[in-house]
Amino acid sequence: MMLIECPWCGPRNETEYGYGGQAHVAYPEDPSTLNDNEWAKFLFYRTNPKGLFAERWVHSAGCRRWFNAVRDTVTYEFKAVYKPGEPQPITTTNAPAQGGTK
Amino acid sequence: MAEQVLTDISALRTSPLGHLSETLKQGAVAGERGVSLREIAFTTQIGLRAEPGSAAHAALSAATGVHLPSAAGQVVGTEDGTAVLWLGPDEFLLVAPDGSEPFSSLVAALGDEAGQVVDLSANRTVIELSGPSARAVLEKSCPADLHPRSFEIGSAITTVLGPVPVLLWKTGEQTFRVLPRASFADYTARWLLDGMAEFASEPID
Repeated sequence: MMLIECPWCGPRNETEYGYGGQAHVAYPEDPSTLNDNEWAKFLFYRTNPKGLFAERWVHSAGCRRWFNAVRDTVTYEFKAVYKPGEPQPITTTNAPAQGGTK
Repeated sequence: MAEQVLTDISALRTSPLGHLSETLKQGAVAGERGVSLREIAFTTQIGLRAEPGSAAHAALSAATGVHLPSAAGQVVGTEDGTAVLWLGPDEFLLVAPDGSEPFSSLVAALGDEAGQVVDLSANRTVIELSGPSARAVLEKSCPADLHPRSFEIGSAITTVLGPVPVLLWKTGEQTFRVLPRASFADYTARWLLDGMAEFASEPID
């Protein structure tokens, strides 16, 4: 069992959480102009890095809020958690340089 | 033909654990390792939602009479009167004794502001677990840290008890209130009774 820190509730057991995949996947500015290939890439294509990865988690059995986390995919260690809209505290390969998107 | 109109329907109410009241009494364990279970039925519960800092939040805060909690785990008010539990950064649950009717005044206070006031009285029932072994019973199946150093008297958290999502509210050193949804109440009560049974016999070293 592992403790995950919720930005609102503090450390709780991992069984209270749900996983939401890669964070900071920007919604296309004008979805109607995308071809099928680009749309498929937006929907289904995600990076799979070895090391630090920014991803979304939901505290489903607690405050039911979504938040972002930077996790090391090698050690499973959570390096940082941050609320949606807050800047990403640690740079990862999958995050935009400025961070801070929902 | 004369029709009988029932004006007071409170006699027809059945609580989610009404059918178990005898079983709950029989499951009580006395003594040094004692623990007992009872249902506090028909509490008034109102779900409140408002973004902190908004006009709606200020209005609801004033209308509850006890303000709104501002951080996880916090409860404002008292367990015997009106209390408001923190469920999320913008989500709260008001719990008041049976018969209190704060609903319409809260709706009026919210007015046209962006927020929510919903009567959830039938949504959850309140199970009170008390006794020297109460924490030990809960710790069998609750993953949250219930040690007094991190779970103080007068705080409440949303967590799980076994497979059941519950609100857990510590009202005294040895008293906890468990609020499962009504449809889970029977299961939760039997689950707790099962956990209580071992404390009736001597501990095994």
